[in-house]
Amino acid sequence: MELTKEEQEALDGEMGETLQTAYRILLATGEATNAEKLIPIKWAHLSGVNYNTIGDAGEEFLRKISKDAQVKVKATVNPMGVDFDHISEFNHIDDEFIEKQKSIRDSYIRMGVEPTFSCTPYDIFDLPEKDTQVSFAESNAAIFANSLGGLKTNKESAFSALASALTGKSPYSDFRKDETNIPMTIRMKLEHPNELDFGLLGFFAGKVGDTAVNISGVSQPNRRSCKALCGGMGTSGTCAKFQFTDVENDTSEKVDFGKEEMNKIYDELNTSDKGDIITLGSPQLGLGELSDLSNMLKGKSFQKRCMIFCSRAVQNQARNLDYTKEIERAGGEILSDCCTCLTPLIDTNETDSVTTNSVKGAYYLKNSTGVDVNLKSLSKIIEEDTK
Amino acid sequence: MTKVIVQGKAKGLVLKTHNPINFLGAIDNKTGIVHDQKYDIFEKSVKNSVLVFPHGIGSSVGAYTIYSLKVNGNAPIAMICQKADLTVASGCALADIPMLVVTPEKFNSIENGKEMQIDTKSTEIIN
Repeated sequence: MELTKEEQEALDGEMGETLQTAYRILLATGEATNAEKLIPIKWAHLSGVNYNTIGDAGEEFLRKISKDAQVKVKATVNPMGVDFDHISEFNHIDDEFIEKQKSIRDSYIRMGVEPTFSCTPYDIFDLPEKDTQVSFAESNAAIFANSLGGLKTNKESAFSALASALTGKSPYSDFRKDETNIPMTIRMKLEHPNELDFGLLGFFAGKVGDTAVNISGVSQPNRRSCKALCGGMGTSGTCAKFQFTDVENDTSEKVDFGKEEMNKIYDELNTSDKGDIITLGSPQLGLGELSDLSNMLKGKSFQKRCMIFCSRAVQNQARNLDYTKEIERAGGEILSDCCTCLTPLIDTNETDSVTTNSVKGAYYLKNSTGVDVNLKSLSKIIEEDTK
Repeated sequence: MTKVIVQGKAKGLVLKTHNPINFLGAIDNKTGIVHDQKYDIFEKSVKNSVLVFPHGIGSSVGAYTIYSLKVNGNAPIAMICQKADLTVASGCALADIPMLVVTPEKFNSIENGKEMQIDTKSTEIIN
């Protein structure tokens, strides 16, 4: 990759250690994606905020660089592990977690990021104009940006997005260039798919696809299902984009997603026929999803604990519109700044299994939190777990 | 052709898997042990190995896992992939772990448990 004189000087350390580190990362990711140069980006979305995911090494790294580092472009951040407004209701979370999580939060704020603590930046801000180059870590957000938002981003890593935020640049990799041929088409064979089916389709597509896939046989579903598709796809592979298409006579490889394929993924992720608690979110719910939920809960109450994750910005809007009233009356706990994935809010001493409609959530509940998962659609959760 | 993603020198034993690795979900950064039983290197430690695997998958935070492994003294001394991905490339860049991308033929020819020497500045990068 060719660097300008100024970029080379930064790589050589002439502009300080932090920028040197940032350019080292950009150089490696540029080589990894066959980029010939760096280009400006308008917005970086950073992952690596939850103490459970980045640990002591991550906390120390951020504390160190935030002493002098400042973001050069708009930067938003992923969820933390907890909602500090509700921390007193979760007695099992130890002081060390709270202290380290606060340190991480403060490091990001010192660097000048917008304290969104959300995996759904697309639900909080208007997206910039079509074809704008951005740099999104958080796989569901990157896939959403490319596939539904008309933006261009690699499926960035926590460090490549951070390096982009600090320099305002990203490698001009093939994926950021004009439309290339998508080499695979997944034929959706399921009738009337719900959001869980779309999450499973995403997980399947992530496994079999490379960097982008076509999806045929189904038109673009509602936002809840689109987000589930993005979440599932980001969890299982390297795929960074999908496109709904009806063109079947092209040269792309065709792969079917029918009952058999769906059941195989479902059996891999579903390990229990019941859950001790319910979580909704991953990705965090948007305003429309909270509105739907409040309608579905009219006259009903949850029969077990239900944590509902949404961003702080969305929660505030939902409060103003009174969507939260029915949800809280039904016993739902609305939590912000955190989400299902790797949250310590789930007390593994008391919880053996979790019911969720999130395929992404299911993967991390099982593999990272270490609980069994009962995977079912939102309508089934309302039908079976409320009265 | 062997492509250098992160420069460096290393010498150690190959630990090879045919499974793409999700660093966040699959490897315990406090011990370096693979704790997801779906991997063919389940219960093996990546510590001080030349870790050979197809490519990284999944969470973008896996880059922090690679960095944490290094800080905790449990990191591989080098990584060799068939396909470069941003999580592994950026994690290795920050953790100063040499990283290479090799052709499918070269990838297939690498044997598990064999001693391997890597020097990205040398004409023969892999020996």
